[in-house]
Amino acid sequence: MHEENDDILEQITSSEYKYGFVTDIEADEAPKGLSEDTVRFISAKKNEPAWMLDYRLKAYRHWLTMEEPKWPNVEYPPINYQDIIYYSAPKQKIAPDSLDDIDPELRKTFEKLGISLNEQKRLTGVAVDAVIDSVSVATTFKEELSKVGVIFCSMSEAIQEHPDLIKKYLGSVVPATDNYFTALNSAVFSDGSFCFIPKGVRCPMELSTYFRINAANTGQFERTLIVAEDEAYVSYLEGCTAPMRDENQLHAAVVEIVAMEKAEVKYSTVQNWYPGDKEGKGGIYNFVTKRGICAGAHAKISWTQVETGSSITWKYPSVILKGDYSIGEFYSVAVTNNFQQADTGTKMVHLGKNTKSRIVSKGISAGKSQNSYRGLVSVAKNAGNARNFSQCDSLLLGDKCGAHTFPYIEVKNNTAVVEHEATTSKIGEDQIFYCNQRGIDTETAVALIVNGFAKEVMNQLPMEFAVEAQKLLAISLEGSVG
Amino acid sequence: MLKINNLQASIEEKEILKGINLDIKPGEIHAIMGPNGSGKSTLASVLAGRADYEVTGGTVEFMGKDLLELSPEDRAKEGLFLAFQYPVEIPGVSTTNFIKSAVNEKRKYLGLEPLDAAQFLRNMKEKMKLVEIDQSLLSRSLNEGFSGGEKKRNEIFQMAMLEPKLAILDETDSGLDIDALRIVANGVNQLRTKDNAFLVVTHYQRLLDYIVPDFVHVLYKGRIVRSGTKELAKELEVKGYDFIKAEVDQELA
Repeated sequence: MHEENDDILEQITSSEYKYGFVTDIEADEAPKGLSEDTVRFISAKKNEPAWMLDYRLKAYRHWLTMEEPKWPNVEYPPINYQDIIYYSAPKQKIAPDSLDDIDPELRKTFEKLGISLNEQKRLTGVAVDAVIDSVSVATTFKEELSKVGVIFCSMSEAIQEHPDLIKKYLGSVVPATDNYFTALNSAVFSDGSFCFIPKGVRCPMELSTYFRINAANTGQFERTLIVAEDEAYVSYLEGCTAPMRDENQLHAAVVEIVAMEKAEVKYSTVQNWYPGDKEGKGGIYNFVTKRGICAGAHAKISWTQVETGSSITWKYPSVILKGDYSIGEFYSVAVTNNFQQADTGTKMVHLGKNTKSRIVSKGISAGKSQNSYRGLVSVAKNAGNARNFSQCDSLLLGDKCGAHTFPYIEVKNNTAVVEHEATTSKIGEDQIFYCNQRGIDTETAVALIVNGFAKEVMNQLPMEFAVEAQKLLAISLEGSVG
Repeated sequence: MLKINNLQASIEEKEILKGINLDIKPGEIHAIMGPNGSGKSTLASVLAGRADYEVTGGTVEFMGKDLLELSPEDRAKEGLFLAFQYPVEIPGVSTTNFIKSAVNEKRKYLGLEPLDAAQFLRNMKEKMKLVEIDQSLLSRSLNEGFSGGEKKRNEIFQMAMLEPKLAILDETDSGLDIDALRIVANGVNQLRTKDNAFLVVTHYQRLLDYIVPDFVHVLYKGRIVRSGTKELAKELEVKGYDFIKAEVDQELA
């Protein structure tokens, strides 16, 4: 029986990564390695104002004094930061006048990924910013959005066109000096998305950014900044893929969200970076810092993530609950298979009064993977009546994988109510056999059980994303049962 | 419909079934009785295709096909149903969705279009009455937090929805109070036709007062040692298994 199950397990865990193709496009690259010159090179390439270069250089100099964090529950050989290309841009007109001017190869790439850059295809109703390697290649629906005052553009453009907003908000939630990877990102970030929703505006469509790493030996360091003014609302989606390569590639992004009084920001991620092959070779190191601040009263920030890719994930989307009555939410499904490692979770920092946070984390481990939830709930001295509910469930497929939970709770106000629930379960032979006996084959059974397990989180995703994410869950685990 | 010929099976090198012979025709109800550890549940599991058991000899023909060659899911789709002694819980998967998947997998196998939501619901409503099962139960996660009786009724409900040719009830009576037993038995009796058959595995004769078998077989030490009509079950009720054990042990010695 055990052997038999292991066989099934191996079959399901051995499915191929579907986005592993490489697009043959000419790229404009920085020389390998990192120095002040690299930082100056990137800033010059982007024709940046002096204040931006200054920001980068400060971050770089600070980075030199820091050490890579060693506390996550992941293992990898030392990264050689001099062996990475920090800037790679597809060679084409810097700013295409219209979407028709985009390199056809690039267009094809996004079509293969199922992302339409064609504004005529309004059915999808989603505005897209497409980032390939280090630069944004296209942003759709810009005009329509600008009619209601919403700014949605690449970070490079924002630095040129909206310097006051960038100066005010960039680094306001995640300072350059926050950690090793944010310092690195602040020094070398090359593009990303900027999104600004003015007071009282409900963004009329979903905004999304698709990130794609294409070039070899390249790191991707993008920067996303979302600002929602009083009573504004936006739902934001992020998707990512990369070609299959034998070497590990570094992705160190920073996402900042500012939600003012009564504003609401919903941020959803379907992360599908290349996870490495069955032997654990290659894959993306996904070392990302995401943080939002509920700056005003009654603000709400909600993170939803479905993490299926990357060889290593290190990421804790967090919310600082500064405004009274503000709400932070974190919904996560993290799937690890083969040799993938994930150390992910959230931080909910309660500063204001009557603040609430909710954490629902579902970890699914298969193959020889390791999946850790790491979360912090902190309640400051003045944060009266803070409420937190955390639920961390782990599902194991097979007996060679691991699930770990590291919940940290720091409460300095005795009116706080903090609840934590955790469960670990295994997809049992009994469950599979029961499904088989009803005519449901093993793969369908696993998909059914896994989707049932992750349902609470999947329900948080916008419709069109939910379907994609469900399929992705099934594909990630194809071949793995125990 | 089902022809079992000299079936032998073992688990972890231990031989449990030592040559079972059994022939079930459409329209018949067979009961398998026997003391604990005689191999009753093993027989049910082997027929359903549970991988823990290794078939070491013999043949099983089901609807003209070599049953042992079929995967557990194909056996199910060919029309073999096992009502489990201990139905498993599957959190997060609603009972309704689960049954819908099962019904449509079977239809796909048979080359039929999947049922749409309305047809499925209509079917469900009709079958719910048979086992007096409540809609609210079916909206809940499969078997999660169900009482023993609810789990067993849910098994019979699934049987009603899947309309199998051969249904094996593995100790469906265990843990049921008399009301639940009656409901379950009523369900089975109403589903009985001249085209389907039942194999009722039970330790007690009590169930057979409600589901009246055409044949009763006594399993002991991995073999069918006595076969008869429902009178045999009555006799067992009175005398217990010891008298058969004694007789058989003597024959074997």
